[in-house]
Amino acid sequence: MSIWEYANPVKFIATSDKVLPWVAGLAALALAGGLIWGFFFTPEDYRQGSTVKIFYLHVPAAMMAINAWAMMLVASLIWIVRRHHVSALAAKAAAPVGVTFTLIALVTGAIWGQPMWGTWWAWDPRLTSFLILFLFYLGYMALWQAIENPDTAADLTAVLCLVGSVFAILSRYAVNFWNQGLHQGASLSMDAEENVADVFWYPALVAIVGFVLLFVALVLLRTQTEIRRRRLHTLEMRERMG
Amino acid sequence: MIRLFLRDLTLAVRAGGGFGLGLAFFLIVTVLVPFGVGPESATLRVIAPGILWVGALLACLLSLDRIFQLDYEDGSLDLLATAPIPLEAVVAMKAAAHWMTTGLPLVLAAPALGVLLNLEGAGYGWLVASLALGTPALSMIGAFGAALTVGLKRGGLLLSLLVLPLYVPTLIFGAEVVRRGAAGLAVETPLILLAAITLGTVALLPFAAAAALRVNLR
Repeated sequence: MSIWEYANPVKFIATSDKVLPWVAGLAALALAGGLIWGFFFTPEDYRQGSTVKIFYLHVPAAMMAINAWAMMLVASLIWIVRRHHVSALAAKAAAPVGVTFTLIALVTGAIWGQPMWGTWWAWDPRLTSFLILFLFYLGYMALWQAIENPDTAADLTAVLCLVGSVFAILSRYAVNFWNQGLHQGASLSMDAEENVADVFWYPALVAIVGFVLLFVALVLLRTQTEIRRRRLHTLEMRERMG
Repeated sequence: MIRLFLRDLTLAVRAGGGFGLGLAFFLIVTVLVPFGVGPESATLRVIAPGILWVGALLACLLSLDRIFQLDYEDGSLDLLATAPIPLEAVVAMKAAAHWMTTGLPLVLAAPALGVLLNLEGAGYGWLVASLALGTPALSMIGAFGAALTVGLKRGGLLLSLLVLPLYVPTLIFGAEVVRRGAAGLAVETPLILLAAITLGTVALLPFAAAAALRVNLR
């Protein structure tokens, strides 16, 4: 029993079919729990008032926006090295989810920034690098769409993902150099001395777990869809040949 | 390799279209900006470094799809791929030829356009230096983007969507050099980082571009 067994699409679909309802159910539970807890049962921040509630949406979405790209990077590497089709399809499936999370983080950030900073948008390093990440996602998805042959598309997008990752990190530090920001520093780190207070932290943690599970569920579902679409395509081709 | 480089140069110069077009585009972009933001020389002086860099970047983008497209269509790219020199070297030479025909003219023309935008006197030297250091990276990154999209019928728009985000670090450091130079500040840090990006892309991206080409030629 090794993880590589799931390179077999049949095996992957069988197992993910079993896992999916659980992951989706837990995701719904954690999301509802975390958000309801955060929205209704936490005190208001003494300076930010009720606007602090958007934190429970903003932070998990932003975390998953980056982690989705990291997952695509790993999946692309696996595809390049071991050529497992499920891996390439999982990377393809993760991109629209990741871009949605990026958009959620950008939009909730703007909504939060308006009352707190007095502006919807500032060319702050974090904001700017998220915008750049958004563009990377768009380019990646556009390349998948543009190429007809699935193997060629998988290869080229994997190469783009690798190069893009390097440039995304470069851009992250380049914009740091370019402008100092409004956005606060990390406040959820394990090792930092000053962090978010526990009353806000626990519901946020639940919401983060919910977002992770939601991501896993969506990627599993979308990967299944991609596998079935590929199968359908093959069947159609066979029909046309015969 | 040198033959290939010279061949690409002569093709770019003689076949018309590509050579000089980027330069004209650079000129037009710079001329259009004052119409957009107004003719006050104080405003123009502030934005001149950024406009010149963005203009150079767009002019570079314009001719990227020529790097491989024509060779791909007439089959010479297949021959180059099976030639005794490695495909990575072919990519590097083609990027170098692209730089000679697009990047270098931009570097030489930039001071003249700086006058139009009322660039600060101290900025001219740094403008030329930063463009000379940065445009090779633009050509190399562009060659990678062109290698990704070479098999596509209408790859032009997609190419810009793929390549422009990759240009962000180069643009940041390049424009920063000019901005600091024009303001009389120390420019070492952005200049060194810009050089690092150029050297890094020239060293590593030929491998990625060659990998993409191999996939597209399969």
